Amino acid sequence: MREYSVLIGGQAGDGVRQAGQMVARIFNRLGYYVFGYDDYPSLIRGGHNFSLVRAAEKRVLNHNPEVDVIIALNKETVEKHAWRLNNNSLVIFDGREQIGVEGSKVLAVPMSAEVRKRRYHPLTRNTYALGIMAGALQIPLEILKDVVRSMLRKHVEENLELAELGYEEGKNHAIRRVEKLDNDPRPVLTGNEAVALGAAKAGLRFYIGYPMTPASSLLHYLAAHEDELNVITVHPENEIGVAMMAIGAAYAGARTMVGTAGGGFALMVESLSLTGQNEIPVVFVVNQRPAPATGVPTYTAQSDLHFVLNAGHGEFPRVVVSPGDVDEAFYLAGKALNLAWKYQVPAIILSDKHLAESYMTATFDESRVKPEEPVLWKPNGEFKRYLDTETGVSPMAFPGTPGAIVKVTSYEHDEYGITTEEPEVITKMVEKRMRKVKYIVEELKREETVKVYGEGETAIVTWGSTKGAVVEAAEKLGLKVIQPLYLEPFPTWAMEKALKGVKKLIDVEVNYGGALARLLKTYGIHVDAKILRYDGRPWTPHELEEKLREVV
Amino acid sequence: MTVVSLETYAENTWCPGCGDFGILAAAKAAIQELVREGTPLENIVILSGIGCHGKIVDYINVNSFYSLHGRVLPAATGIKMANPELTVIGFAGDGDAYGEGVEHFVFSAKRNTDIVLVVHNNMVYGLTTGQYTPTSPKGYQGKSTPKGSPEEPMNPIALALASGATFVARGYAANKKHLIWLIKEAVKHRGFALVDVLQPCVTFYNTFPYFSKHVYDLQEEGHDTSDFMAAMEKAREWNHRLEGRVPIGIFYKVEKPTFEEELLKGRRPRQMPYIDTVSHVLKQHI
Ligand SMILES: Cc1ncc(C[n+]2csc(CCOP(=O)(O)OP(=O)(O)O)c2C)c(N)n1
Ligand code: SF4
Ligand SMILES: [Mg+2]
Repeated sequence: MREYSVLIGGQAGDGVRQAGQMVARIFNRLGYYVFGYDDYPSLIRGGHNFSLVRAAEKRVLNHNPEVDVIIALNKETVEKHAWRLNNNSLVIFDGREQIGVEGSKVLAVPMSAEVRKRRYHPLTRNTYALGIMAGALQIPLEILKDVVRSMLRKHVEENLELAELGYEEGKNHAIRRVEKLDNDPRPVLTGNEAVALGAAKAGLRFYIGYPMTPASSLLHYLAAHEDELNVITVHPENEIGVAMMAIGAAYAGARTMVGTAGGGFALMVESLSLTGQNEIPVVFVVNQRPAPATGVPTYTAQSDLHFVLNAGHGEFPRVVVSPGDVDEAFYLAGKALNLAWKYQVPAIILSDKHLAESYMTATFDESRVKPEEPVLWKPNGEFKRYLDTETGVSPMAFPGTPGAIVKVTSYEHDEYGITTEEPEVITKMVEKRMRKVKYIVEELKREETVKVYGEGETAIVTWGSTKGAVVEAAEKLGLKVIQPLYLEPFPTWAMEKALKGVKKLIDVEVNYGGALARLLKTYGIHVDAKILRYDGRPWTPHELEEKLREVV
Repeated sequence: MTVVSLETYAENTWCPGCGDFGILAAAKAAIQELVREGTPLENIVILSGIGCHGKIVDYINVNSFYSLHGRVLPAATGIKMANPELTVIGFAGDGDAYGEGVEHFVFSAKRNTDIVLVVHNNMVYGLTTGQYTPTSPKGYQGKSTPKGSPEEPMNPIALALASGATFVARGYAANKKHLIWLIKEAVKHRGFALVDVLQPCVTFYNTFPYFSKHVYDLQEEGHDTSDFMAAMEKAREWNHRLEGRVPIGIFYKVEKPTFEEELLKGRRPRQMPYIDTVSHVLKQHI
């Protein structure tokens, strides 16, 4: 498989993330599948940031630790990442001094000095570096220029000039020729962007959020695209305000989603329970990061699975989906919103930093997501918000509907929505709400709820963003991979089918306790081995391959 | 014209003589008058928090959202922003609005959301049996403070003013006519309207004898409701100690753009069409 990896490193504020996205778009235009991973500490200036971009002939859902090019905006980048280089690699270094890196070619160009001399904006340095890279990899200059024009809003002319300057220098030190593939460029999205678009396609009207990494970029993205997507974004006083506003807006008839990380979700838990009682549909996006408490804000984890499954006092149905790439994020966001509205239950999209903020090639078919009709009240006879029906779903009406008095409540209530303490009514209403699970399951049986890759007697079970590294490693080793897309209601039927013929089951996750393994156990599925990490970093296929060899 | 019936079949479980009855009667009368004056009944939504006061939503047959303790205001804001045509009236307790949910109180006033907040201010947690609240006077002895509350009370009128509320008023549960007028004025006001209501709790803190003797009407005595400093001064005239005269009426009233206007900029969320493609946005990602 033809593939290339590029690392860009520098300080926070150096524009490393944007430069990485530009690299991704360059390869995208050359017909490659791309994946970009950003590693950055929780600070605004200084520190060490890097982006790793991988481009390949086949879909890739992970970065490669080894790289072909390092763009080092400072010396620290070379020191920290020299181990990633191979004999064919090139280091593009911002500086005059020739620094030695064993076995690799180093091209020291005083880029900052050149930019300063011309009195250009400091960030134009990145385009200069990309020009050198394009030259060294023999990528047509026009492609880089096109990316500059499409991505940058300011200082475009200066950037184009520096791209060209860099290109001329890079050409003299060519290390390889990146061939153009016969594919049209495809959209490159982060998990958050895919969730935003999937929800928007399913009729999202309000997105409400309070800033928290790695969910802030979801708020920012929808705020920036309000008019294109017919979505209205709101940033209230805190996460309690967020969740309660969402329930109010949904009560008034607007499809509403909120988003946060584990800590913010902790504040929303009481409101989540309210949706369990008053049956108002709200979608919660929970992007995991290492916890407890503030944890490691800008890194990744899969340690909130049981929190999300069990959050909220009392018993009530919920839907929990777990996308592993941007295509799944798009489909499942749409499905979560539709299921929430059709069954009047809360739905949770459980993601993590690695999916939410990494960018990758999207191949979804948007026509598969559209607003599905909820059960609405037809104006005849008396309206009862909590009418007891066969499916447990009561036809909805919204305030402002003549003839319907819409009473919703956090107390146990009768069909009309008036508080009750009568044992028969309590029993009836608990059963009415819980009955919905059966019908949600019936609908899910018609959906793909568990993904299976490969075949064999040894299988790996995994979830969320970890599936990217797992699938790649498993392919190399000839192992089967099983990935549940729904965690609640848990697709036991599809798991059973997936597990047929499997003699050895290995669990791979990014947490300490093996959350998925624990969940599987409650359904009578036992894993034989667990491969876990909890250092804030996602698995890479290479690391996994080694670990898998040990246990297989 | 006939008067709409707002009765429900819910059994009223307030203690006989509770100040909440006065608020219920005034609220119903205000809603009936609003309907008579042209507001469609289906466009009125009431909310409540959790406490004795909260039961009010079960006693009025109109759209309602019985919220969580302290969470009337963000839910009310969500309703109003999703459908600005609705008339949204929240009923909250003093523990509810000024304690558990005080951040929403400050922010609703700051945003100037076009909603009404009627606070049943009985200076106790009624439903949890009489503990001190943010507005109980210092020294108040309840089950959680048998040696007396160690804290000075909060001044919600001053807090509302300081937070940017554009309509700030106080009523008294025993002055039904005056309270009906206040609620209607609050509804007609475009922006965040606070009606703090002195609501004696006959079981845990019977303040009827005191208030009936000491309240006076700001409007009768003359007060410039457009003067912020004058409003602040009146707000500070009395603060929950059973001492001195207690002003009721409108303290402050000014016009400012509302949160919904600023947020929606003419968009009507319930009328906006669903998008039928995201391809125009996907193009930006190539
Ligand atoms: C989160 C939460 N904490 C505590 C309670 C218990 N609780 C119910 S009512 C109440 C106090 C109510 O006092 P107030 O808001 O003044 O209303 P009142 O009963 O006086 O009308 C409390 C603390 C609750 N329902 N929810
Ligand atoms: S406890 Fe007090 S506030 Fe509650 S119903 Fe009785 S009198 Fe009214
Ligand atoms: Mg009270």
